[in-house]
Amino acid sequence: MDLSAIDPLVLAASIMVASTPILLAALGEMVVERAGVLNLGVEGMMITGAVCGFIIAVQGESPALGFLAAAAGGAGLALLFGFLTQYLLANQVASGLALTMFGLGLSALLGQDYIGIKAPAMGEVHVPLLAEIPVLGPVLFRHDPMVYLSVALVAGVWAFLRYSRAGLILRAVGENHDAAHALGYKVVRIRMAAIAFGGALAGLGGAYISLVRVPQWTEGMTAGAGWIALAIVVFASWRPWRVLLGAYLFGGVTVLQLNLQAAGVDIPVVYLSMLPYLVTIFVLVVMSASSGRAALGAPAALGRVFHASG
Amino acid sequence: MLRLEKRPSPSRLWTGATPLLAVLLTMLAGGAMFALLGSDPVVAIRTIFWDPLFGEFAFYYRGQLLVKAAPLILIAIGLSLGFRAGIWNIGAEGQYIVGAIVGAAVGLAAYPTESRLIFPAMILAGAFAGWLWAMIPAILKTRFNTNEILVSLMLVYVAEAMLASVSSGLLRNPDGMGFPGSRNFKDYPAAHNAFLIEGAGVHWGVVAAMIAVIFAYVLLGRHVLGFHIRLTGEAPRAARFAGVNPSLLVVVCLGISGALAGLAGLFEVSGPAGQISIDFNSGYGFTAIIVAFLGRLHPVGILLAGLLMALTYVGGDAAASALGLPSAAIQLLQGMLLFFLLAVDVLANFRIRFGRTEAA
Amino acid sequence: MSEMLLAVEGLTKAYPGVVANDHVGFGVAPGEVHALLGENGAGKSTLVKMIYGLVRPDSGTMTWRSEPYKPATPHDARKSGVAMVFQHFSLFEALNVAENVALGMEDPPPMGQLAERIRDVSGKYGLPLEPHRLVGDLSAGERQRVEIIRCLLQDPKLLIMDEPTSVLTPQEVEILFQTLRRLSAEGTAILYISHKLEEIRALCDAATILRQGKVVASCDPRERSARELAELMVGQTLHRPSRAAAEPGEVVLDIDGLSVESSSPFGTALKNVSLKVHAGEVVGIGGVAGNGQDELLAALSGELSSHPTAIRLHGRDIGDQGPNRRRELGLLAAPEERLGHAAAPDMSLTENAALTGMIRERLAGRGFINWGKARRFAEAIIADFDVRTPGPENAARSLSGGNLQKFVIGREILQRPEVLVVNQPTWGVDASAAAAIRQALLDLAARGAAIVCISQDLDELMEISDRFAALNEGRLSVPRPTHELSIEEIGLMMGGAHGMEVAHVEA
Repeated sequence: MDLSAIDPLVLAASIMVASTPILLAALGEMVVERAGVLNLGVEGMMITGAVCGFIIAVQGESPALGFLAAAAGGAGLALLFGFLTQYLLANQVASGLALTMFGLGLSALLGQDYIGIKAPAMGEVHVPLLAEIPVLGPVLFRHDPMVYLSVALVAGVWAFLRYSRAGLILRAVGENHDAAHALGYKVVRIRMAAIAFGGALAGLGGAYISLVRVPQWTEGMTAGAGWIALAIVVFASWRPWRVLLGAYLFGGVTVLQLNLQAAGVDIPVVYLSMLPYLVTIFVLVVMSASSGRAALGAPAALGRVFHASG
Repeated sequence: MLRLEKRPSPSRLWTGATPLLAVLLTMLAGGAMFALLGSDPVVAIRTIFWDPLFGEFAFYYRGQLLVKAAPLILIAIGLSLGFRAGIWNIGAEGQYIVGAIVGAAVGLAAYPTESRLIFPAMILAGAFAGWLWAMIPAILKTRFNTNEILVSLMLVYVAEAMLASVSSGLLRNPDGMGFPGSRNFKDYPAAHNAFLIEGAGVHWGVVAAMIAVIFAYVLLGRHVLGFHIRLTGEAPRAARFAGVNPSLLVVVCLGISGALAGLAGLFEVSGPAGQISIDFNSGYGFTAIIVAFLGRLHPVGILLAGLLMALTYVGGDAAASALGLPSAAIQLLQGMLLFFLLAVDVLANFRIRFGRTEAA
Repeated sequence: MSEMLLAVEGLTKAYPGVVANDHVGFGVAPGEVHALLGENGAGKSTLVKMIYGLVRPDSGTMTWRSEPYKPATPHDARKSGVAMVFQHFSLFEALNVAENVALGMEDPPPMGQLAERIRDVSGKYGLPLEPHRLVGDLSAGERQRVEIIRCLLQDPKLLIMDEPTSVLTPQEVEILFQTLRRLSAEGTAILYISHKLEEIRALCDAATILRQGKVVASCDPRERSARELAELMVGQTLHRPSRAAAEPGEVVLDIDGLSVESSSPFGTALKNVSLKVHAGEVVGIGGVAGNGQDELLAALSGELSSHPTAIRLHGRDIGDQGPNRRRELGLLAAPEERLGHAAAPDMSLTENAALTGMIRERLAGRGFINWGKARRFAEAIIADFDVRTPGPENAARSLSGGNLQKFVIGREILQRPEVLVVNQPTWGVDASAAAAIRQALLDLAARGAAIVCISQDLDELMEISDRFAALNEGRLSVPRPTHELSIEEIGLMMGGAHGMEVAHVEA
């Protein structure tokens, strides 16, 4: 065992990279849930985003194009879920599961000719001046653009929900769709927009795995990241900055676990690879045990079917 | 414009007809997909849905059908009880794996003793382990109100890590020259889940699946517990008013589904799969979710849906070897089936009207 | 009244199986307080939803200041100057007052300014409100103020009020009326929907009476007696429930220091509730919605568990017993919410009969249900309580509100309860079904059962209860004989004006 092989700075810097996929997916899902819709298909949208992004990035030799395609792929799949649940009033739990299975199958089919290829690399952006700060510079300001974009999106979503009228309407729809309908708001359209946004972000998160983190395509490579994103939304009590905190905590555990494995620590690999999932369960238990706050944070109409009876 | 109008009572006709309609739509969409992949859609659909039943080699495929359907039905029956009560056990795959590991471990521990008691002991161990694995989300749900969907799912990944570990560690075949994977139960008659009738595909798992269907049918139709399960799903507040203890129901439903998934795992690992290996599980725990919904959470429906899903597996394998269709296409086909079912489900509860829309 | 503000002509709207509005016509002049009077299901709600742009009429015309008026959405209606205070379903509990107000406005100012304007307007009309409080923490009366302020900030020309007094104490009703009269004097027309005749006679200048979707009369309500209006509304002469006077028996149900937390986040905890109920008497429990009614029913039915000695039945401690054990001992209950609480909407009437009848009707043996017996029980309820349905195999949600309520109450009464607790037994039920249900409760009491009737309908409680108590913020007042009480005393028992400033309005 050689713990000195772990460089704390490298570790800290890699946390942001490790966390970005889950952060993006969880942020999108949080917006969907604030609108009162429970989409359990995050895993399916992420893997679809991962494969769409990878294919287009390879074909177009441009990671940026890849991310755009990933967002479109994720949103497209999400709209399928939206059509089922918002227009055909299907059960949201079942539809979300169907989406995940469909996404896993679709991505495996689309990606079968792309196994073993390397993705075009995405350059790092060193933020001028800030990147030169000792310690903090390498940890915070020497990353690829998607890392910065994900943090900017957290701030954007936060401001949107807190200060904009559209954000207020979105929260109102998630709180009580009957009342929102009675006041003349288009519940279904607002929810469809939220669902598409959530799908796009999940797609970006998936593409970040296949284009930056790994970076290549393998079947089922999201390995439960979508489900962890769902757990982080609960952990965050549906608040944007807490989503960031939860994603970075989880990213930290993952990175630590990988580093410990690499350093040959005296803990069997099986326990280390279980660690992220066990930590997620533990965090869920702690959050739900302190019931009051978690329950109040949840949008009241979450998962309920809306049908305007006229 | 189309407009939905809620029916005063669910339509009986459409409740029965929607699964058939979903299958038909899946065939159409699947055919289109196969055409895109460069295969003749008619041939592909026939290879998957018709030939295994009535084709030249049907005598072989029909047996395979039961082998594939048994674990799906066994797991789906358990899941359907919980789903009916609004208790979402999504982690049957984990319970299935853990049941297989523990059941197999009991058998392997007894190697090479020959005794009539070994296989029954393995069955009990498998069911118990699956039950125990399902008790984790159950207890967390009842004690701390933790979401059972996420916990049961996280435990799938934990179970997979365990499987990877034991198949190359604890349960590895000592005579296997270092290759991962346990001893093969085919070489250990006392612990082998052999075919009861040669060539018919009937092993103990098939028998257990049939018993589970009958059990669930009686439970839901005639027993107070089954009534309480249905009531809780339809109207949770009314169930409390009727004296149902929701925590107890969570424990019972998750327990039954965990035990049945564990059983399915044990029967699979000691029979068709033959050994513990890193990929023996083949995702039955997830496919069973589709089976449960496709069967409308009704025992007889699940029986039929399990056979249909087995058909896509068997037919898919045949199509893969005969036409070179990728196995992912079959996975996609199964996903489509669930999608179409959910989409046409609306017909059972709503009338579709043409005309002006409300200002919605 | 030469120039009409809003005129409606030949308005028709049909839903499958029912014509909700059939060639309805009437007009409202500026500053007029116009009543829409009718029973539940007469078509009042559909009519105002068309005026507010929520529902589009099949045919007919509306004119607004002599211009054609066709609101496609509530936004259009609000732009024209129509505002609406809903009976329920239009507030967001987890949002604060200012956010709730902003959601109902077309062009709300920034939050800071809006909070100021809310304070101004609420002060001006004597309806105090704190803009930053969560709506979920407000009382029913305060919530209604939020709705009214939301409308007033838009400076409406026509204010629609849907059953506004059902959630108010008598004192609060008086304050509301003063506000409405003041608005009317300032030129705002008010369309006032109600089935409470005395209120309409006290407040309104004109009335349009609807029955089964048709206008059956237009009149000046001040010139008609309440009885005349009732007969126009119902279309027949109603006989009041009658009962034989009886001496109350021994104490059957003894509630002693009952305190329980609510199970819902914005619910009300019960605080030290005590009440003795005698055999053969009806105790009425009044109060404004949300003051612990649901919790009291749940604590008595056994859905909420309490200290064992807090509830005694025939001297036996049952506070910690579940619903079925209480049923075995003779304590039955019928909750307020018919669909989803008292009955499972998608299940058949047979299954719904078994929902509570399992124990006392012995519908199950060794855990197995005898469906034949359950069906006969359901048929008995349908026959004895005149439930209109093709048969017991129909789903509960296919029944009308009144028929389902008769089924729910009948299901409990046929099980020969020793104590029956009901919450809002006639809420949303047509007049003839309501009369039948009240009569059935009185008959049950006459046969020696003890009845606790929780209701927000004071007229109902005055009519059937021997003693009256009120719930206010989870506390129960000392019960008093009903015939000794005046309406003012009842209002004070219910919590008076809940902190409203009566004097302020008159200033």
